[in-house]
Amino acid sequence: MSLKVRDLRVYYRTLAGDVKALDGADFELADGEITGLVGESGSGKSTLGKSLIKLDGRMRYVSGTVELDGAELPVRDSARMNDFRFREVSLIPQYAMSAMNPTRKVGRMIADLLESRGERFRALRPELVRRLELVGLGEQVLGRYPIELSGGMKQRTVMVLSTLLDPSLLIADEVTSALDVSNQRAVAETLAGFRDRGFVKSMIFVTHDVALVNQIADTITVMYAGRLAEKGPAKTVVNSPRHPYTRMLISALPEVGVSHGERRLSGIPGSPPALLDPPAGCRFRDRCPLAFDKCEQEPPFAEVEPDHSVACWKA
Amino acid sequence: MLKLDRVSKVYRVGSFGGEQLRAVGDVSFEVRPGQVVSLIGESGSGKSTIGKMVLRTSRITSGTISFDGADISRYRRTGELKEYYRRVQGVFQDPFSSYNPVFKADRVFEMIRTEYFAAVPAAEWRAKLDAALRTVRLDPAQVLGKYPHQLSGGQLQRLLIARALLLDIELLVADEIISMLDASTRIDVLNLLADLKERGLGILFITHDLSLGNYVSDQTVILRGGSVVERGATRRVFANPLHPYTRRLLSSVPQLHKTWAEVDAELRARDAGAERRCAYHERLPDGGPDPLAAVDEDHHVACFALDGAPCPDAARTPVG
Amino acid sequence: MSTEQAGPPTGAGPAPGGGGAPPDAAVPAGAPLAAAAPAGRRGGELAYFALRNGKLVAGLVIVLFFLLVGLFAPMLLPHGPNEYDIGPQGAPPSAELWLGTTRFGQDVYAQFVHGLRSTFLVGLLGGGVAFAVGMVVGFVAGYRGGWVDEVLNMITNVVLVLPTLAVLIIVAAYLQARGVAVQSLFIGLTSWPWAARSIRAQTFSLSSRDFVDLARLSGRSSWKIIFRDIAPNMSSYLFMTFILLFGGAVLIAAGLDFIGLGPTDGTSLGLMMNQAVNWGALQLGMWWWFVPPGLGITAIVGALYVMNVGLDEVFNPKLRET
Repeated sequence: MSLKVRDLRVYYRTLAGDVKALDGADFELADGEITGLVGESGSGKSTLGKSLIKLDGRMRYVSGTVELDGAELPVRDSARMNDFRFREVSLIPQYAMSAMNPTRKVGRMIADLLESRGERFRALRPELVRRLELVGLGEQVLGRYPIELSGGMKQRTVMVLSTLLDPSLLIADEVTSALDVSNQRAVAETLAGFRDRGFVKSMIFVTHDVALVNQIADTITVMYAGRLAEKGPAKTVVNSPRHPYTRMLISALPEVGVSHGERRLSGIPGSPPALLDPPAGCRFRDRCPLAFDKCEQEPPFAEVEPDHSVACWKA
Repeated sequence: MLKLDRVSKVYRVGSFGGEQLRAVGDVSFEVRPGQVVSLIGESGSGKSTIGKMVLRTSRITSGTISFDGADISRYRRTGELKEYYRRVQGVFQDPFSSYNPVFKADRVFEMIRTEYFAAVPAAEWRAKLDAALRTVRLDPAQVLGKYPHQLSGGQLQRLLIARALLLDIELLVADEIISMLDASTRIDVLNLLADLKERGLGILFITHDLSLGNYVSDQTVILRGGSVVERGATRRVFANPLHPYTRRLLSSVPQLHKTWAEVDAELRARDAGAERRCAYHERLPDGGPDPLAAVDEDHHVACFALDGAPCPDAARTPVG
Repeated sequence: MSTEQAGPPTGAGPAPGGGGAPPDAAVPAGAPLAAAAPAGRRGGELAYFALRNGKLVAGLVIVLFFLLVGLFAPMLLPHGPNEYDIGPQGAPPSAELWLGTTRFGQDVYAQFVHGLRSTFLVGLLGGGVAFAVGMVVGFVAGYRGGWVDEVLNMITNVVLVLPTLAVLIIVAAYLQARGVAVQSLFIGLTSWPWAARSIRAQTFSLSSRDFVDLARLSGRSSWKIIFRDIAPNMSSYLFMTFILLFGGAVLIAAGLDFIGLGPTDGTSLGLMMNQAVNWGALQLGMWWWFVPPGLGITAIVGALYVMNVGLDEVFNPKLRET
């Protein structure tokens, strides 16, 4: 097991109280596993991704432990996390393309960043160049200014840089959502390639696009209203989901390879509960067609078959 | 109803407008009543510019856009344009940017009322508004009197559709209205468009998402770099994509039940044995005045030349 | 397209694993706050932050204090500001004459409170004229674009590079009697360009927002769109612009007064300093003659600028944290 997360809770501070954006996450990642973390806006997927690397000013650690390769990750302590960031855990942010300083050449910027982390740019340069070439960029990228690179090139540069020190865990936060379809495919396949080459051990690919993540992920983790709803092998989750939310979500997706004709798909009625003061019990209860009395108690996130866990009493 | 005939849009850029940037070139298609036409393209394809030109918030450089036979660029006086907007309306991509953040969301209805229905008594207006909201399946009590941030993206987009329905619209320009919505609610908005279509509305559905276009539209127009590369009945274009660009798009779209590798293999298998030929020049060996050639009933394709590369089959460069 | 796409601060680099993660898609910036505010409590929320902003409150208290003094203190005085021999000549502050007298026996306190009045008047009128011109030019240029924008931009730039002082000296030489109102008009007509430029830029970016297009699609006229749809979105910005123009007008007026181009009738803080220097207050050590007007101007303008910073923090949620 490369990553073990136990009962992780991270809330957002607001004037009216805590928004329980991530309210108890329990899961593991195997070595070499890519999990697609999917959910709708407000499901807590980005909060989960971020809390494994850096809590921002509004986020408050509440409880839980995170273990990476057998050692505890001090997620609550930003200063101590500094030793792990970039080396052990790395993040590709959503707007990687705009995350570059426009007044510095790419190579210079990478050098500064490495030096600030106590690494020697000179020593790493050959490997950096090798990896840039691997993603179809040449050494000359290092001598350019960010403005001279296209969005896709910047995205690839950031991907190479984030994984340069072979982190154990990589978090890709909605990296494909702003891209065109053809670039989406390239980026997703490149990231899977990084795992195959051992640049990263395991990966959490945060996205709202189930179909996309299904292309590269080994497992899919579904979040709903701050909690994990289902985690299992990608094929199983897509083809025979057990949580009613996953089931309805997947049946609501139009597809390209299918002629829909007159057959209408249907969405999920209602909307997710407000996380400022979420109701007790199963949070999908109000929208769930299968809900019954027992759903007033919170269902445990339990294994229904090997490597397949679901938080539902009916699963 | 709506007809675009070789519409182009050129932006002047650089100092003194010395350079020209062609955002849209020679685009022609039609939207008929009760028809959904999806305009599919990646960023920079000019799809939104076309939407803006149809809505007259952006001027066309050449060509004509006509609505029921009348050239819409001729409307000069505010009154004429106002009458056009009575019949043609738009909904945009970002539900939060479509609302003025300092006002309540229902202000969009008030604007319609003051501009078009100033004489209508309050009770009658209220009944009309309730009817429009019911059509988009919203509960008036839940959505009226609230600020945009208190409503969900799906509710906001449906409010905008209801706003358009308050007028006697015949054409709705829906510019990426689904892309910022969550998966569980986007299908409801798509179904709503299908309902409107059944009521006889024409819909210009602008999107980058081929799966949405495939679900909702009758006609598909594939745009690339401002030009149409393939156009036709949605069924035909998706089942038998002819232009290499259309194929590239289709093979990049992630599918739920097929991997990218499987889709690639399928396309390769279909092409096996057949030589790669330009469907445009196969049909029109010497090119033609129209940038598209009819290759089948209701299926048109452009020359295969991509990225300025010469077309292998071109006897001579196509006109236009 | 989100305008909230805050890039990380320059210099941070991509910082994988470091900071610089832009606002969460799942939790839009401000969403928790928005969720916290029940039914239309934006005003209430602003008031909450305004009252807790030390800079804003301190600045406001100072400005209000001087405003009230300028408004009411002159009414309580039995004599005018320029009457001679109110007390002994050149007397230092005392219990009867709080700020002493000038070399001609004029009451410095009376001059000071009247001067405050004209200072606020100049700020209000001069700032107001500049604000009005700047708004009209900025809105029209930003909303219309095209050649209208180019022409207005040209005019703005011409006025911007106009040697204001030289023009004022020439104009002052031709006008025999100059009142506070005339001075304000001069200041207003020469200090609007930067306001026009910044309002133009804001209008330009707001005009590309979808809600403006939607207002157009509702058949609204351009003026209605500008003042009913665009302007309310920049109300905080406009308010701050006005404060800066107000402070600027006060400063310019003081400068003009000091070099002798002030009002020929009445008094002002700048004029007081001008006279103090002309009649050797510095050499004679009559500090009570020049310190109060100097301090008054500094305090008012300084407080206005501090208020502006405070307002910025109140209106801009990104600056609130800390």
